[in-house]
Amino acid sequence: MAYTGNIGELVKKVEESRTSRVGVHYPRMTQEERRDVLEKFHPDYNTDGFRNLKVGVNKGARLPVEMADVFETWSRLRDRKPDLQADPVYDVDVLIIGGGGAGAAAALEAKAAGASVLIATKLRFGDANTMMAQGGIQAADKENDTPAIHYLDVVGGGRFENIPELARALVMDAPLVIKWLEDMGTMFDKKEDGTMITIHGGGTSRKRMHAARDYTGAEIMRTLRDEVLNKGITVVEFCAAVDLILDQNGRAAGAVLFNLETEQYLSARAKTVIMATGGSGRLHYRGFPTSNHYGATADGLVIGYRAGAKIIYADSIQYHPTGGAYPPQLLGLLVTEKTRGLGATPLNIKGEQFVYHLETRDVASSAILKECHERKLGVPLPTGISSVWLDSPIIELTHGEGTIERQLPAMMRQFQRFGVDIRTEPMLIYPTLHYQNGGLLIDENGLSTVENLYVAGEAAGGIHGTNRLMGNSLLDIIVFGRRAGRHAAFVSKEMSVPAGLNLDHLDAFHRELEATGAADGRVGPMLLPHYTHR
Amino acid sequence: MSDEIKDEIKMVDLYIMGKRYTVPETLTIMDGMEYAGYQLKRGCGCRAGFCGACATVYRMVGDYELKVGLACQTKVEDGMYLAQIPFFPGRKATFDLEAIKPSTAYFAQLYPEVYRCLGCSSCTKVCPQDIDVMQYIAYIQRGDFAKAADISFDCVMCGLCVSRCPVNIVHYNAALTARRLYSRYIAKPDAFLAARSGAIEEGACDSEIDALINSDQATLQDMYNKREIE
Ligand SMILES: Cc1cc2nc3c(=O)[nH]c(=O)nc-3n(C[C@H](O)[C@H](O)[C@H](O)COP(=O)(O)OP(=O)(O)OC[C@H]3O[C@@H](n4cnc5c(N)ncnc54)[C@H](O)[C@@H]3O)c2cc1C
Ligand code: FES
Repeated sequence: MAYTGNIGELVKKVEESRTSRVGVHYPRMTQEERRDVLEKFHPDYNTDGFRNLKVGVNKGARLPVEMADVFETWSRLRDRKPDLQADPVYDVDVLIIGGGGAGAAAALEAKAAGASVLIATKLRFGDANTMMAQGGIQAADKENDTPAIHYLDVVGGGRFENIPELARALVMDAPLVIKWLEDMGTMFDKKEDGTMITIHGGGTSRKRMHAARDYTGAEIMRTLRDEVLNKGITVVEFCAAVDLILDQNGRAAGAVLFNLETEQYLSARAKTVIMATGGSGRLHYRGFPTSNHYGATADGLVIGYRAGAKIIYADSIQYHPTGGAYPPQLLGLLVTEKTRGLGATPLNIKGEQFVYHLETRDVASSAILKECHERKLGVPLPTGISSVWLDSPIIELTHGEGTIERQLPAMMRQFQRFGVDIRTEPMLIYPTLHYQNGGLLIDENGLSTVENLYVAGEAAGGIHGTNRLMGNSLLDIIVFGRRAGRHAAFVSKEMSVPAGLNLDHLDAFHRELEATGAADGRVGPMLLPHYTHR
Repeated sequence: MSDEIKDEIKMVDLYIMGKRYTVPETLTIMDGMEYAGYQLKRGCGCRAGFCGACATVYRMVGDYELKVGLACQTKVEDGMYLAQIPFFPGRKATFDLEAIKPSTAYFAQLYPEVYRCLGCSSCTKVCPQDIDVMQYIAYIQRGDFAKAADISFDCVMCGLCVSRCPVNIVHYNAALTARRLYSRYIAKPDAFLAARSGAIEEGACDSEIDALINSDQATLQDMYNKREIE
């Protein structure tokens, strides 16, 4: 029993009201109510949380303050320029930065196309957001569905701000991606006859969410990783990129890597570079907890931006309404959307529902923030933060005993580890920083606005407009990882070894920082967050 | 955190590689190490129980029993003597999935040590995911890759099983190979998926989507609002 003291008392309110809530339909918000709660409470609309960039190709662009702070940093190489004319430690056709799903997919395709490939990654290969995805991956591979129907869902969900060619590539490649993964021996949920089991996700008009139990991302990641190792592709772990190297024509031609263990800087020369460094949840915008892995610190965006790559929608961040809040060990951890899907309802301190449980992620998050901070009806926690209940036991009342154990085993295990039995006790939740909707601008081959620099995965922007639907991110990392890998290999074949390697772009960026005073003493990219829990 | 709240939190003694640190009892081992002043490099990945980066061995003061856990998924306790396993040199057999079959003959070539299992159950006892590791090794020995795939599925490949095995089996890699063999050769392929992929490659889906791309936003918006939901 993790709920003692004051919280233990408050649980009783939830228990008291539970039976009276079964089968009662809480009204959805009207369009006006939705707009209102978003504008007042969604962090994306809170002007205090943003500032305009003072330097670089998108000078003037609006970014979350914490992201702008890492964009406007001095390079780690400011006072220690490595000798780029010496023989590089690594010399390949395609350098892939980041060992998550996008990086692994890119590596496999580049290798298959005949290129020599190196993956350099910050943590272990596979320590990545990809490993953490539980829910699923979308693809239109049913008779009542088509890529065009999928497309409409993607752009509608993305507020019609998606780049059409990117959204087209996403949905058209989707069935090919599932087939590619199936052939590689990925263990998707299937019926006896081999048919993929698919369900709905938020904003889907067809049941096209494929899953591998509630470890979908992990299953995809470990399969890709195994195959990369089977193919003999070189992977260097605990080696983070800190800056790009350009050639005499200003094209990407490698990167300077930092060995986290020996603290040495090494240079890697490459004909093409694929940035697959993932998201930025660990920047903790506005102090929010995050569902992201330890290395999600926007490094690729920072490095790419310095080299002149443009960004798009980088100010658009997805908050997931149901992050863990208590016990403190669960802070920020994702409570899968399926929990609400099965009927778990958000409740305030009085045990009263205050929002329809299946509102979209942005609206549900905003409603929770309102309940905690304006109406002051959140559940105060000993850790000093406020939260709301997510009444999971009602699932058992509605769908029968045993439903939670069958349908939410990973969730049940996670809470049980810290003393909460979600079958009989409600969860305590608070919105968590989940996904970076935008990133570095790419085209359908994954090419950024810098020649020979590709970007794939969560670091890329434009595919999802300003709101990504569940299941389309695992999809995009494989679609654009593969496309970037193929195209980079193709381009590399036509090229001779890059010459005139330099870091002149850093000097130019530093001059801008000096002129504007934008960087203070900050150095970037962040590489690893620093926690003290004080 | 206000001081008042801080005062209410009980502190416990944690011995990280033998050195004593006093940390709040509400922390996980991982957070406890950070509270003590460590900046983690190895031993920390997802921080949520999915990646297996944070395998930890510990023992309680005065006790002889060696315990294990995932540092991000285990609360600190008073008197814990602990160390993280930064890396485990487990062997991975490389293979061409298209050139092998789900049979014991092939499997024995990749992982011969699997057939030397002594049945000591050390692997099962340490698994932080509560997987019956020894049982899936037995299924693999029998060539029952479907069952091995099924019960090994929740493996996060933390390597603790391997660290305890007296005959040097690399369970997690063997299990992954079993799952890939099962999924590639025993589970049936999705027939319609193959048909749809073929259709896309032949360009059969182009005109429908190009029509959408060429329509203006008002039309798209209207279509979106009126779209039929399954
Ligand atoms: C908890 C959770 C649940 C999710 N659930 C779903 C879901 O159900 N469906 C869905 O579609 N999406 C889901 N998502 C989103 C999706 O998983 C991610 O957006 C996606 O996997 C990102 O893949 P990626 O390859 O771009 O980045 P990642 O998988 O994060 O990989 C990036 C890699 O780059 C490395 N790296 C970072 N910086 C550097 C550097 N400077 N140098 C070298 N390497 C570096 C990182 O360590 C990491 O290995 C979820 C995300 C989270 C966090
Ligand atoms: S850090 Fe990933 S399992 Fe603990």
